[in-house]
Amino acid sequence: MSVTISSTEPALTTRQLTLAYDRAIVIRDLDLVIPAGQITALVGPNGCGKSTLLRGLARLLKPLKGTVYLDSASIFRLSTKEVAKQLGILPQSPTAPEGLTVRELVAQGRYPHQSWLQQWSAEDDRFLEQALAITGMVELANRPLDTLSGGQRQRAWIAMTLAQNTPILLLDEPTTFLDLAHQIEILDLLYELNQTEGRTIVMVLHDLNQACRYADHLIAVKNGGVYAQGIPSNIMTEAMVQEVFGIESRIVHDPVTHTPMCIPISRKARLA
Amino acid sequence: MKHAATKPSPPSAPPSAHSAHVNLLRLIGLGIGILLLFGCLIASLLLGAADLDPRTIWQALFAFDGSTEHLIITTVRLPRSLIALTVGAALAVAGAITQGLTRNPLAAPDIVGINAGAALAVVGATFLFGSASSHTYVWFAFLGGTLAAIAVYVLGSIGRSGLTPLKLILAGAALTYLLSSLTTGMLILSQRTLDEIRFWLAGSVAGRDFATFTSVLPYMGIGLLVALILSRQITMLTLGDDVAKGLGLRTAWVKATATVVVILLAGSSVALAGPIGFVGLVVPHLVRFFAGVDYRWLLPYAAIAGGTLLLLADIGARIIIKPQELPVGIMTAIVGAPFFIYLAKQKVKR
Amino acid sequence: MTKSWLVIRSQKSLFSIRLDRRVPWVMLTLAIAIAVVMILSIGYGEYPISPLDVVKTLLGIDTGTADHAFVIYVLRLPRAITALLVGTGLAVSGAILQGLTRNPLAAPEIIGVNAGASLVAVAMIVLLPSFPLVALPVAAFTGALVAALLIYLLAWDNGSAPIRLILVGVGVDALAGAFTSLMITFGNIYDVSQALVWLTGSVYGRNWEHIQALLPWLLVFLPLSFLLSRDLNTLALGDDIAKGLGSKVEWQRGWLLLTSVALAGATVATAGTIGFVGLMAPHLSRQLVGASHEGLLPVAALVGGLIVVLADLLGRSLFAPIELPCGVITAAVGAPYFLYLLYSNRNA
Repeated sequence: MSVTISSTEPALTTRQLTLAYDRAIVIRDLDLVIPAGQITALVGPNGCGKSTLLRGLARLLKPLKGTVYLDSASIFRLSTKEVAKQLGILPQSPTAPEGLTVRELVAQGRYPHQSWLQQWSAEDDRFLEQALAITGMVELANRPLDTLSGGQRQRAWIAMTLAQNTPILLLDEPTTFLDLAHQIEILDLLYELNQTEGRTIVMVLHDLNQACRYADHLIAVKNGGVYAQGIPSNIMTEAMVQEVFGIESRIVHDPVTHTPMCIPISRKARLA
Repeated sequence: MKHAATKPSPPSAPPSAHSAHVNLLRLIGLGIGILLLFGCLIASLLLGAADLDPRTIWQALFAFDGSTEHLIITTVRLPRSLIALTVGAALAVAGAITQGLTRNPLAAPDIVGINAGAALAVVGATFLFGSASSHTYVWFAFLGGTLAAIAVYVLGSIGRSGLTPLKLILAGAALTYLLSSLTTGMLILSQRTLDEIRFWLAGSVAGRDFATFTSVLPYMGIGLLVALILSRQITMLTLGDDVAKGLGLRTAWVKATATVVVILLAGSSVALAGPIGFVGLVVPHLVRFFAGVDYRWLLPYAAIAGGTLLLLADIGARIIIKPQELPVGIMTAIVGAPFFIYLAKQKVKR
Repeated sequence: MTKSWLVIRSQKSLFSIRLDRRVPWVMLTLAIAIAVVMILSIGYGEYPISPLDVVKTLLGIDTGTADHAFVIYVLRLPRAITALLVGTGLAVSGAILQGLTRNPLAAPEIIGVNAGASLVAVAMIVLLPSFPLVALPVAAFTGALVAALLIYLLAWDNGSAPIRLILVGVGVDALAGAFTSLMITFGNIYDVSQALVWLTGSVYGRNWEHIQALLPWLLVFLPLSFLLSRDLNTLALGDDIAKGLGSKVEWQRGWLLLTSVALAGATVATAGTIGFVGLMAPHLSRQLVGASHEGLLPVAALVGGLIVVLADLLGRSLFAPIELPCGVITAAVGAPYFLYLLYSNRNA
């Protein structure tokens, strides 16, 4: 696995970003650079603010202070449709209206590329079919979403985000609900999109080992701030896991990918 | 265990202490609610066309001497106040359960067709047999409401997936529209029926005697009791069918029982007081702002808030245009709606 | 694999739309059904005219009876057209609201249109019996707009979250309903009877002037709703997804709400508060052509129109010579079919 360590130009930059829900501040004065053309993984314990950060990066949450820059322009100054052509976001557990088919859902991803007159161009068709094919949803395309399994549903939503065809993709826990095979499939898919098309991918991941395997850039979030960031082999230390997650662990060498691997140490003596 | 895990992860207060604190607050709130309810009950006995003093009430209840004032209290004010209290409580609890069962904030007991069925039965009886007494209204209303609710339940359960919230709502809405259009048809055809029935249709607790009250009370009592027993199961049901099943809940059984409870509560309410719409829809939302989403708290709060609201509304209905009276169904909305709008604005964020 | 879509695209690819494949057939069938029912409806009455003569007269061919043209053009055609337009407006209004709030129980009622219009109309009928009936639609329309605006403003708090709209709508609805039923309970019984007919919804005695007042609203806002259907699709996926896709959520929602209020307000002002159509026509249409709004809105429009036209015909014929307002019948026409659909989908 070839990892470009030298950070190229930034895809997204935050300056003094402060995010809050109803005055309860979650992220405070954050300066962050998301490197372009790389896979960035956000890790951290539940409630540390990583999903909030992702929503903030995607302009879903208006900051209390500071801003997010996309290509050196403030994301809130650009028209939201322009942003949507650059940046796709898949939030956690979205819901679709009853009876909507997979194909119809994925077609929504083309929304930012359409206009009142041009409602369904040949290009729209191409990206739709491509998104369905990549996610393996062709067979299920005409099924209503509510008749699918959790994993199939998640793939349909990812297909929608792919149909949007944006250079930057933000995903909040894209592998939840998926079995191991599908988890690897989705992560491989994102890796491939990154490698072949140079897309920037930012995702919240819970599995530290998967984060280390797939990410070029790892950001550990703790209490609404960045605890550490950089290439996984530098960041993934026993001290970091202790500080951020509050558990003892041993970091070993992954024999397959040569990335760090975290083995948590159980608090039960029997398993220690 | 080599490294003792001495460091508890979250820096904030431990969750158990926090929830104990919340529960204490809720318990205090419940106590205040009960006091308020009791105060309203006393006020309801005192105020009206003729204002009485507390001593007279005490004597009427415990040293009855047959005077006009004592008679007013025991035969008019007391039954009426108790009916307002219980009907308010029953409707609010029925509404909370319906909203949980359908997982829809727009649902109310009327959604299972109870009010529409009751109104159709009472209007139909008046239309066909001429004027009826309020005694017969009670049983027509109860019967009509129950039949309609059963029909909705059966229609909503058709199919392999059983009773789903969407099917229940849609079947209920369709049948409600069907029944109420029949009712309206009769009212348009017969002005006499309209004149006779319109006060009942607006909802009122006036002019009911003790016998009427006690004949319906058992149904309400059973309904309220089962509702409280079932509250934990209903909370689980609000998490969704699959989660509830996974937690070991017999969902079909709970849904059926909960529906029976709604029918008992709302059916006996409409029998006693006519179709009062607002309480069942709005009181559950109102108390959710204070009591959270756990039905073990929500239902007692709803019962107290519903009873208090209807008592207050009934007092208002009596004294606002003295000696005339307003239907209490109208007063509940006038009293409760502004408060409800205020709370919705304050508490619903995002 | 067969595609379920029909895509229409111009050669130079300046223009393209996408529809569910079922949409054209369903719409054609509905249009034929509407035409048939309207011809029957125009022919039916105290002075019966055969369907053939109705068609002839409408095409401008002389049937040999001088009365035909008068009966049809002055009395019956405007009424039938009013019924069609009213159903159309209510159904589209309801479909928009169900999409916006993502709630299957949503109907024009929840944005206060009915409550506002009813309150004002009943007040006029009961409190001011001398109020000219001609001005009633204008008064009702004003009531509808004021109530809708009140709900929107009361629910606004850094944005118009659908759930807050629903709850505030319920509150305003209850309040207005209370005052309406106050007048129903205490008004003069003759006036109350009149008010009840209005509340139920009726197209009795509607003439070309009513259509002239109603039509501009539909001509502006129906096409607007079709143009906004893609935006409605994204909003129906929830605010986060819609924002992520580049939808100006508050702006689009504002336009859609305005469209819905204008459609419902104008129809309620013309024909009173006809229930059922706004709630059920969207559900029926979803069963027919799926949940995507490009196809759903036009189909719902036709379903709504058909229901009200049919209801008016039945209202006049069922208990002839007594006439029932069509608002009584809409549910009687729609509910059984609706229950049948529920039943035929029982394996879903």
